[in-house]
Amino acid sequence: MYIKAFIVGGLICVIGQLLIDKTKFTPARILVLFVVAGCVLGALGLYAPLAEFAGAGATVPLPGFGYALYKGAAEEIDRSGFLGVLTGGLKAASAGIAAAVCGSFLAALCFNPKEKE
Amino acid sequence: MNQQALAEERYKELVNAVTPDSKTGENCLRAFLCGGAICVLGQFINNCFTSAGFGKDPAASYTAVILVLLSVVLTAAGLYAKIGKFAGAGSVVPITGFANAVAAPAVEFKKEGLVMGVGARMFIVAGPVIVFGTLASMIMGLIYWFTRMR
Repeated sequence: MYIKAFIVGGLICVIGQLLIDKTKFTPARILVLFVVAGCVLGALGLYAPLAEFAGAGATVPLPGFGYALYKGAAEEIDRSGFLGVLTGGLKAASAGIAAAVCGSFLAALCFNPKEKE
Repeated sequence: MNQQALAEERYKELVNAVTPDSKTGENCLRAFLCGGAICVLGQFINNCFTSAGFGKDPAASYTAVILVLLSVVLTAAGLYAKIGKFAGAGSVVPITGFANAVAAPAVEFKKEGLVMGVGARMFIVAGPVIVFGTLASMIMGLIYWFTRMR
């Protein structure tokens, strides 16, 4: 599983690197593109097999975040109908976002900006 | 003389257009190694949680949270920028890159105050990701909802 995670995760990052080098996309655009791509691939039923195959190699990169958004939406739609269209995606992303917000806020309180080299 | 300089310029352009970009190859190798390594770390954390008795989905969520917090600490300590210099997309594409994009401006703009500095700048990159991610999940969710109705 570790080897599969390494190879698949590494390859997804190579796609990102090629986009940065060849298209001059900014990292922000890459992140947006990858999250949306993961969401669409999830909806098409293509990302679930990849996640099954590669584990963290597919779920740790940003497309995995997009896939989690779609999966959350689908699960909430199964559970509570139309309301799930609105609640499911953000619910699935909430742990990661809350951790990033909370951690970053504490970091901003405790640390000062580093001098640019 | 001027014409020769012009010809040389044109020649350089042609050479640049034809030679394969070896820097891209090196960048890709670095992105592959670093991105792969972060995923292996994620897999290890995930395995720790599943063997501690957590279900598949909670284990994945906790893995994301741990990686996010780890990245925030490395960002605040100024180390994630150094990793990024080496790894390129290998440090941007994993979820740690998302956390870095939240933490780096939060620390950098604290001078501008807690509300408009830390609070607002935090989402300078993460905001678009969340906006388009939410929109995409709603569109796909809507399609899923329609197909379920039939």
